[in-house]
This record gives sequence, C-alpha cells and structure tokens, in this order.
Amino acid sequence: MALGDHSAREAVTGAERDGGVLRFVTAGSVDDGKSTLIGRLLFDSKALLRDQAEAIARSRHARADEGELDLALAVDGLEAEREQGITIDVAYRYFATPRRTFIIADAPGHEQYTRNMVTGASTADLVVVLVDAYRARSGQLLAQTRRHAAIAALMGLDIVVAVNKIDLVDFSETVFAAISASVDRLARALGVTARIVPIAAKAGDNVVDRSTRMPWWTGPTLLELLETTPLRAAKAGAALRFPVQRVVRAGGSTREAYRGYAGRVESGLVAVGDEIEVASSGARAIVAGISTFDGPRTHAGAGRSITVTLDREIDISRGDVLGPPGIRDATAVRLIADVCWLSDAPWAKGRRYILKQGTAKTGAVVTDILFRRDPAADLQEVASPGALAMNDLARVRLTVQKPILADAYEDLPATGGAILIDPYTHQTAAALFLRSAEQDESASEWSI
Amino acid sequence: MRSEALAFERPHTDPLSHLDWLESEAIHILREIAGECESPALLFSGGKDSAVVLRLAEKAFRPGRLPFPLLHVDTGHNFPEVIAYRDRRVAELGERLVVAAVEDSIARGTVVVRSETDSRNAAQAVTLLEAVSEHGFDALIGGARRDEEKARAKERIVSFRDAFGQWDPKAQRPELWSLYNTELKRGEHLRAFPISNWTEADVWAYIARENIPLPDIYYAHERDVIRRGPLLQPVTPLTPARANDKVERLTVRFRTVGDITCTCPVESTAATPLEVLAETHQATLSERGATRMDDRTSEASMERRKREGYF
Ligand SMILES: Nc1nc2c(ncn2[C@@H]2O[C@H](COP(=O)(O)OP(=O)(O)OP(=O)(O)O)[C@@H](O)[C@H]2O)c(=O)[nH]1
Repeated sequence: MALGDHSAREAVTGAERDGGVLRFVTAGSVDDGKSTLIGRLLFDSKALLRDQAEAIARSRHARADEGELDLALAVDGLEAEREQGITIDVAYRYFATPRRTFIIADAPGHEQYTRNMVTGASTADLVVVLVDAYRARSGQLLAQTRRHAAIAALMGLDIVVAVNKIDLVDFSETVFAAISASVDRLARALGVTARIVPIAAKAGDNVVDRSTRMPWWTGPTLLELLETTPLRAAKAGAALRFPVQRVVRAGGSTREAYRGYAGRVESGLVAVGDEIEVASSGARAIVAGISTFDGPRTHAGAGRSITVTLDREIDISRGDVLGPPGIRDATAVRLIADVCWLSDAPWAKGRRYILKQGTAKTGAVVTDILFRRDPAADLQEVASPGALAMNDLARVRLTVQKPILADAYEDLPATGGAILIDPYTHQTAAALFLRSAEQDESASEWSI
Repeated sequence: MRSEALAFERPHTDPLSHLDWLESEAIHILREIAGECESPALLFSGGKDSAVVLRLAEKAFRPGRLPFPLLHVDTGHNFPEVIAYRDRRVAELGERLVVAAVEDSIARGTVVVRSETDSRNAAQAVTLLEAVSEHGFDALIGGARRDEEKARAKERIVSFRDAFGQWDPKAQRPELWSLYNTELKRGEHLRAFPISNWTEADVWAYIARENIPLPDIYYAHERDVIRRGPLLQPVTPLTPARANDKVERLTVRFRTVGDITCTCPVESTAATPLEVLAETHQATLSERGATRMDDRTSEASMERRKREGYF
C-alpha cells in the first residue's frame, strides 16, 4: 500500500492519532516575521503548493533577495496589503501534520489593529507571540510584545513566545536567556505562564525541523509545542452549556410526533438520563434522547452538534440555554465585564446596544466604565476618561434587558464571551469578556 | 424499571476527530442562518463543495425539510453530467430548486456577452444579484473555502453585502467566537460559508467517509484534451479544437467543475474518493492553480471579482 493511501484512510476514519483541531493566533510587532513564520509552517508541512510558491516568486512586490522565496507573500492576502507590504486584517491559514490539524489566524501587529488580535484570538486555543531577537537583544521587550501578551492573558490563551531571527544574534544562548528572563517577568506580572522557543523563521530553524545551529537548545521545536498543547474545548469537568439554536418539530400529530432542541454543546457534556434546567425559566426535565443524522447517541461533549429530546413538554425556544440544575442562579441583569471596543464609532453613553451571547439576543446598556486597562503596561488599571474608542480595553458595568448567563470568560469562554452590535449601523461594536454578576445592588440605578 | 438507554457508564470526555469538528461547526453555522435569517437560500451548483454543504444541511435539519430552497446560478456553460447530477440529487432529496439563468440576464440586457464562448464567470455575479432581489433572499449559503485563494482567506464565515451586493474587504464586521452578526437593513444581504475552515483534503476525506455521491467527472475517465501551457483544456462544443491544436485522449478527472470554457481537468487514474484523497495529499499544485484559467490572469483577480458580488 502506498504511503498516500495510508494517510488517506487515516484521514477518513479519524484514526487514533487524530489530535483534533488546534486553533492559534499569531501576534508580533511589525516586521517581527509573523508572515514569514506562517509561510514557513505552511511550506515545511507541504500545505503551500508549488504554484502558490511560484506566484510568490513572480510577485511584483517581493522584497526577498534574488532567488529566495519571500514566504510572507503567501499570507498577505489583499491588494492593499501587498502594495504596502503590511498585514491589515485577520487571515486564516490551514495545515495539518499526521498528529493534528491546525487553523492559524494571522493577526496584524500594528497598534491601531488591536481589535484584530482580539478577533483572531476569540476562536483560538493558543497564541504565538513573536519577538525579534535582534531588536530585543538587550533583553528589553517592545511595548507591542507586552500588549499582545496582555491581550492573550486577558483572553485566557496559552502563550508561546517564539524568539525569531535568532540568526541575527549569531544563535546566541546568552541573548536568548536575557529575553527569556524578561518573558518570565512579564508572564508573572500578567499571572500566566508562557513557553518559549528560539527560532529562525526565514531559514526554518526550530519551526518544523530541529535546528543544528543551536546545540544548546534541547527543548521542543515550535511545531512540537503546537502538537502537544491540550485543546481548550476538551477541558473536562466544565459545566454544561447548550444554547438552543432551533426547535425542531416533525411528524405533526402522529404517534411519532417529535419535538427536539437543536444546538451545539458549547461546554461540558450531556448524556441521556441527565437532568437539565432551562436557564431563563428554571424549568427542569430529563434528557430522553440525543439524536443526530447518523443515529442516536448516549452522550455528547463540547463541540458536538446534536438534537436533544426531553421527557416532558416545557417551554423552550431559540436563545434558551440548557444546563445543569441550578443554572438559573447563574443568570443576571447587571454584570461586570472587560470590554474591547472594536468599532471606529466610539461608545455612545446611554445607547442601547444589541448584546449577543450564544444564540440569545437582548438589549444592553454600558452603564459605567470602572477603569481602563493599559495593555502596554501589563493591564494596569488607569483612570477612565469616561469614553471608549476603538482598541480600548476597559472594565465596565452593564445592564441587560433580559437576564443572561453571568459566566466568567476564563471558565466558560463559549458563553462568557459576548458581542455588542450597534443598533443603528449594525457594526459589531465591542467584544465582552464577562467576569461576574454585579453583586452591589446599589451600584447602578439604570433601568432598561 | 431501568431504561435501556441508561445502561452505560457516563463518560467524562468526548473528543472530536478533526472531521467531526469541522462537520459540527458547519452544522452550527447552517442552523444559525436558519435561526436568524428570514429568507436564506443554499447555492447548489452540483460541484463537490456544494454537494458537501448539501449533506451538511441534511445533517443539520433532518428529519425535517430544509428551511431554504436550493439555488443554482446556471451559466449555460455547464458540463452535462453536472446538470444531470444536480437534478437527480434535488429529486432524491425532495427539496425545491430555484434556477437563475445567465441566459435570462442576457435576454433582459443586464448581461452583455461578446461571444458565445467567453467565460461567464463575471456574468454570474449579475444573475446572482438579480435572483437575490427577485426572490428577496437575505442570506446565500455557499461552499467557498478559505484555503482556495488568498482573498478568500480573509473572508468572514458570515459576510456582509451592501445594497449593491458589494463586498468591502476593509469594512468587514469583526467576527468573534461563533457569534455571527446577522443584522441587516432592507436590500442588504449576507453570504454564509459553512465550510470556510475546510481544506480540499478535508472535503475529499468527508466525501469518502460519508459516501457522498458526485458527478462522475470528478473521477478518472477518458477525455479529449489539448495541452495549453501547464493546463489541459477539454475539447467541448464550446471549446472546440483549433486548426493547429493537437488533441490527445487522456485519463483525467476534474478537481473543480465551473464554467466549461475555463475549467480544466488533471491527469489522474483516481477512481474513488480515497484515491483522489491520496492524490490530494501528494499534489504539488493548488486546486485553482491546476484548474482555473481565469484566476491566473492577475494576482488580484479573485479579490476584484469578489468585491463585485462574485461568489
Ligand atoms: N534574518 C532573519 N530575517 C527574518 C526572519 N524571519 C523574518 N525575517 C525578515 O523580517 C522581515 C519582516 O518579516 P514579515 O514576515 O513580513 O513580518 P511581519 O511580522 O509579518 O510583518 P507585518 O506583516 O508587516 O505585520 C522580512 O524582511 C523577513 O524576511 C529570520 O528568521 N531571520
């Protein structure tokens, strides 16, 4: 049997080695080599094909020296980007190894595009933060690096720091150690851990193939780190969150009449026989069946799209969330959240935005800005000027029209994350990272 | 009495293989569009990507009917096998098919063609937008993938089109988590791409796993072709051999099926989805690079066409 046949069959059967899908976002300052790194990952894992490589080579905008591929051009998608030689929006890239499938969100490094990193990071398990070894050779990290690590910490991502262009400091262990110490200090200040690896993206050292030019490095390559990081969704023990997408009726009034609730398990696990509760009403029922097009299941974990049937008729519609008994106590109308403002139209005080959480939509007013966070200074709290503009990070208090789940983003990212939509322009105005219900009853007099 | 269904040990984890993950994400997207939009349609061309989306729609909505009609933009430049397949699938599934024909746009005068054999890829966008306003569709679900092309790599899963059907790549709505912003004003519409995150290899692996029927021309068959640079152009009534052309009879298959005047097969003996998948793993040319004459013209041609409403 040819090798190709073998991997083909494995891809179909979802063989045991299938480590699922790891999504990661790349972040770095302008010219740290993000695009080159992605090009390298695609090229070395053979996801970048000959004609694409040729198109790069014949591009009018190639910056690389004669005879060398400018790998960055493989990922800079839009015309304007090619002309300016910069990345201006999130692009998605794909590659697979025999162990795992990867989706990369390429988020740009410019300060004014922080929102794009937040966007790319929202679906990611992990962030690769690039550091230019030459620019950081004294051990001093750039403000932009601190900013990216801070956003990753705020969003609870696994952090991998790739110290790139190590060739420009002669593969020096001393320089790497100095940068490594700074990264450790930064991680401690942010309350996270970060793994670190020295690479040269352009030549490929320690990206996919182990470098022979850094014998002092005995740690994993970047790809090995990516292949072995546990997936976020697989986190065992998380509470069940099943937002209902559709109520499914079939069979009319026949004996087989069927009423099911279609949706995706966003966290935790649901099994036949479990008692569930509807978050909005507190009504309870027992799971009678879990069905799919491919037949019934006994259980379904995070990430599975299913249809649930219950042992009794209770009032459930799109936007409701099924969870464990007691889930209703986790709902609130006044909440505390961190916000990243995304829209170029600044926050309008008093405006009622549309809040979307899971499949639920409700009106929401940001009532107070408690403080701003300075992402370039390890998320330090700074006094709020009472305004929110694009790329601002702040802690806010909000009031919603109908109760929503006050799930903490760090524990339950699928329901702890929400968006605000401007009701007039329909732009996606803000990303919310819910932290808790507001405990202080007198905190705000807003009624909505 | 202890019910049969309860006679198992409750597990704590339920890991998904990468195909399961992709499938589940696509089902979630289809159900979101059905839940939030009033009048969606699913583009069904008879090509492999739309065949996959159609299977995913069955997975999302059976045992009920699909909550939207199928829509085919008929260029008139079709492979007959593909049209036969389209009609067979629609009949088997018992769903409704709406056909929007470029020929009708030509008759109306909204599309002008220079010659019968010009590619109708650009004209397709006009006919598609006419169908959107005629039927009042507010969301078009399609099988485009981000790995197909660089401009598509930046496309949102749910992507906004203004009242002129235009895509503005610089004013895209940020898309976070799986929270899709589906808010629209009158005349605007959405494009939704449930298999955005799939690669060509994923598509073939899924076709094999699910036994999804496809038009025969996706598998190895004999065909008269003419070598044009790196491409093999099929000899058809719309693309006849010219005086000095050397016609060869080769064993080929199509990797994509589009406008017959600009879609080329590749040499292959792959007769089953698994054999195609094995070739895909060893391919050195991208899907569009090997088969599309129109995308090669300029570095930015896909991006320009997309802005103008192309799918
Ligand atoms: N010496 C050396 N140069 C590198 C390495 N990696 C990238 N470069 C160069 O650094 C420059 C910037 O690389 P890019 O990949 O375009 O940087 P980027 O971070 O994607 O920048 P933006 O796209 O503008 O955000 C290019 O000239 C690369 O060739 C490396 O490992 N060693």
